[in-house]
Amino acid sequence: MAGLNEAMPRGGEPDGPPEKAARFAYTLVWSFARVFSILALAIAWEALARSGVFTPFQLPALSSVLNRIWTDAVYGDLWINTALTLYRALVAFAISAIGGVMIGMAMSRNVIAHWFFDPIVSVGFPMPKIAFLPVVILWLGVYDVSKITIIVIDAIFPVIAATVIAIQGVERELIWSARNMGATNRELLHQVVLPAASPQIMTGLQVALPLSLIVAVVAEMLMGGYGLGGAMMTASRFANSTSVFAGIVEIAVVGYVLVKAMALIRRRLLIWHQEAAAPYTQ
Amino acid sequence: MKQSFIRYLPLVLLAIAWEVIARLELVSSSALPPLSEVIIAGIDMIKDGELISNGASSLYRAGAGLALAIIVGGTVGIAMAWWKPIHVLLAPLVEIFYPLPKSALIPVTVIWLGFGDGSKILLIFLGCMLPVTIGAFNGARSSEQALVWSARSMGASRLRMLWDVVVPSAMPELLNGIRTALALSFILLVSSELIVAQKGFGHLIGVLGANGSYDAMYAVVLCVAFLGFAADRIYLQITKRTLAWRD
Repeated sequence: MAGLNEAMPRGGEPDGPPEKAARFAYTLVWSFARVFSILALAIAWEALARSGVFTPFQLPALSSVLNRIWTDAVYGDLWINTALTLYRALVAFAISAIGGVMIGMAMSRNVIAHWFFDPIVSVGFPMPKIAFLPVVILWLGVYDVSKITIIVIDAIFPVIAATVIAIQGVERELIWSARNMGATNRELLHQVVLPAASPQIMTGLQVALPLSLIVAVVAEMLMGGYGLGGAMMTASRFANSTSVFAGIVEIAVVGYVLVKAMALIRRRLLIWHQEAAAPYTQ
Repeated sequence: MKQSFIRYLPLVLLAIAWEVIARLELVSSSALPPLSEVIIAGIDMIKDGELISNGASSLYRAGAGLALAIIVGGTVGIAMAWWKPIHVLLAPLVEIFYPLPKSALIPVTVIWLGFGDGSKILLIFLGCMLPVTIGAFNGARSSEQALVWSARSMGASRLRMLWDVVVPSAMPELLNGIRTALALSFILLVSSELIVAQKGFGHLIGVLGANGSYDAMYAVVLCVAFLGFAADRIYLQITKRTLAWRD
């Protein structure tokens, strides 16, 4: 979804302006338009909150929400909560990424691994695994281990599925040529199959990352304690709606930064791939 | 028959392993009640209507939220691809709200609409709308120029073209976006009900867990997991049918 905007100027607009000056003006108008609707939303929020249509409990003014974030930042709560949420989400994401790719690779190389994991993945992937959260709490308590576990349970499936499909989709000709030139199995895997499969594996990781964050927030809300989700839940119990809205803004920023960073990493890692040159379509 | 048995044998083995481990009390029976007792508890709950009434209210919330998300999200997505000013206005908003972990909205929807159905429907609607929008947008944007031009040269009006060319070619990606939304709707439903609700699957799981009737809790968890799985499979069948006209 990173491509929603970039695709417009780059993606071969049929009526795009050819002249250089015109293109500059076009970029200028475009970048203004990008900020415009976000600004409009912010102003509308502030105006609506001050107009008295909603009580401050229902909709605290944007300025007071930003003020609250500032206070949290000064007192350090913001950093502790953000760091804890990020720590849980990213550790779990790393486990799912490594574990998912390994299971996916095993499934495509080994018949028994495929036989065992295939039904588990095809049944487990579409399940709402968040329902197992109380079971995980029952087993592992309410601390980091159980939060990370439930995130891994949720985030590992897209990675496995993407890896299996990606390896299946590697062109036969590539494998045959490598074999023909005398590549061993290991070389084949590291130098041909994994690089050729990496764009789709990356797509799986790009699904898993936001999912990790969603589940991290839910787990924190349910189990309490520190963390962005836990802080929001505490604020909500004390009917402190300014802090609840501050929490949303904070979580939104964290989510945005993570997703953007992931798209950037993808572009970096896959710079050799033809998709880097093609207009983004996803 | 035999083939699908071999295919799903690992699941059967897991179920047997569960039963054996629980019966041998390798782990405490409150942490893992035997599968057979879980199934019996589930049947009991179906009999006394507890599972059905809570399930009905959960499915109503998920259905209503998802339906709203599909209608609004699909329309917005196609409109964004169809008319440039709408794209210019909405694309930045879609871009900043799409990565928002939707579960963060749970406390806010409660502040706005309270503990009942309304807050869950709003949450599912907000959470599921953007995947649908993006699917519809990408699908409609990629409608083949040749098709658009031929339709235009044959004298189709703009509206006719929207309906006959753009919407059908947006279909595959739109349906894919809806599949993402379907999975997301279950996640949001269960998590919001676990956190604040007075009825529904998530609420039932929470209450049973707090009372220590773990066999019943497991039964509800398995039931929700199965429903999510079944919904996805049914949806895939419908999609196949809808897209049968392609190639």
